[in-house]
Amino acid sequence: MTPYDPSADVVEVYRAPKPGAARGLYRTFGETLRGLKTTFVRIPEGVTTIQYPEQKTPVYPRFRGRHKLHRFEDTGLEKCVGCSLCAAACPADCIRVVAAENTPENRVSAGERYAAVYEINLSRCIFCGYCEVACPFDAITMGHDYEMSDYTRSDLIFTKEMLLAEPIERTPLRREGE
Amino acid sequence: MTPIVAAVNYFEPWWVQIIKALIIFGIIFAVLPILIIYERKLMGRMQNRYGPNRVGPYGLLQPLAEIVKFATKEPFRPTTSIGFLFRIAPMVAILTAVTSLAIIPFGNVQHIFGERVGLYGIDVSVGPLFVFAFGGIAFYGIMLGGWASGSKYSFLGAMRGAAQLISYEVSQGLALVGVIITSGTLSLTGIVHAQAGMWYFIPQLAGFLIFMTASFAETNRAPFDVVEGDSEIVGGYFTEYGGTAFVAYLFAEYTNMIVVSGMATTLFLGGWLMPFGIHPPGWVDPIVVLAKMFLVFTFFIWVRTTLPRLRYDQLMSFGWKILLPLATLNMLVTAVIVVAK
Repeated sequence: MTPYDPSADVVEVYRAPKPGAARGLYRTFGETLRGLKTTFVRIPEGVTTIQYPEQKTPVYPRFRGRHKLHRFEDTGLEKCVGCSLCAAACPADCIRVVAAENTPENRVSAGERYAAVYEINLSRCIFCGYCEVACPFDAITMGHDYEMSDYTRSDLIFTKEMLLAEPIERTPLRREGE
Repeated sequence: MTPIVAAVNYFEPWWVQIIKALIIFGIIFAVLPILIIYERKLMGRMQNRYGPNRVGPYGLLQPLAEIVKFATKEPFRPTTSIGFLFRIAPMVAILTAVTSLAIIPFGNVQHIFGERVGLYGIDVSVGPLFVFAFGGIAFYGIMLGGWASGSKYSFLGAMRGAAQLISYEVSQGLALVGVIITSGTLSLTGIVHAQAGMWYFIPQLAGFLIFMTASFAETNRAPFDVVEGDSEIVGGYFTEYGGTAFVAYLFAEYTNMIVVSGMATTLFLGGWLMPFGIHPPGWVDPIVVLAKMFLVFTFFIWVRTTLPRLRYDQLMSFGWKILLPLATLNMLVTAVIVVAK
């Protein structure tokens, strides 16, 4: 076995132009000119920034934004049956469900029970999507909306009506293969 | 051979002097906000972004909005600061910067309303020395501001400023000696007239490069902006300044850049002369000078976008070990050539 040769690992690094040497002169002026060229060719390239409030980056279909609750399209009944599985799955403990019995006079959901109270505290939500996975009826899904800032914390507690409402689509979606 | 003494070549009545001073002052202070927005826009484009584009069309009113913001700020100072000096330091900075403007020639002597009017503030026979004299006093603006703030960062910035300005002023001065030897006069208008055959940046290319490099350091611009060094010492000497006092420092810095651009234009780029033997009428002169100054200013911005800040010891060793010997060599070689002719 050959002994370890440290010189094989040494990479020569110039930390500063060597004063006086021709190579030093090249490093100061030549490299400076190269740098000037680098910045100048950025001008015809144009800008790459996105003017956010006016333009938005499209999100992917699987993007996990603000939650949505769903109704059956034909009957208009809520899909949520108030089973609280989403609340049990939630690692941030931000979902509160209070279930109530459906009665023939007041039929809200397709199952036996419905969610009388369904609240998501979005200031605690971590957008992991476990609620979506836990739901046996696909009643809750993650939407694409990510603009959720508000002035008070209590405004960020979304009620069932807010989650059921048809969301204003404020976020562009990426097309297939984009 | 003109005697090299501080004689001021007055031939205008006093009221012309006052009007000229007001016009130069007014134009430069109107141009400053335009230069600031231009710098930010150009820097943005060089970094693949827009720069400010929210206020007004294309963001062109951004400086206006900022001036309003600064002017409405509450003036305050740290309890450790020295009140009188703290207030007077920005004034010193802006006063010296504006005074240096007086000698930049914007054009030849014209006949306006029956009077002979030189399109410059004054034509002193010590030209560049006038700028260096006031540059020397401008250093008090930085030094007093940093010291009177009573803050560590301000003091560090002022100390760096002191060392840097003194080091690079030597090279800057020596780089100009070549021009002065070649032209045989210290008057800036005289130097421009001497460039009728060939602009001095061709025979004095080394001097031009040294002058520009030293000028970056003299005006505290990147890559020599260790005086401000915002990532290390917050803002250097103006860390504790806010509102209008901060604007005074900002304007002083940009006025200094205008002065240096004017000096480069006058001494190396032929002042109001046009290339290829074009002789436009006299009223074009200021436009030519301003266009050349604008190009030099653009170069300042270009370099600022390109080069990172030097470390403090690199700055010092570059100034004393490379720039100063080069400047001295340039001066000696020029002197030998001029004498041998």
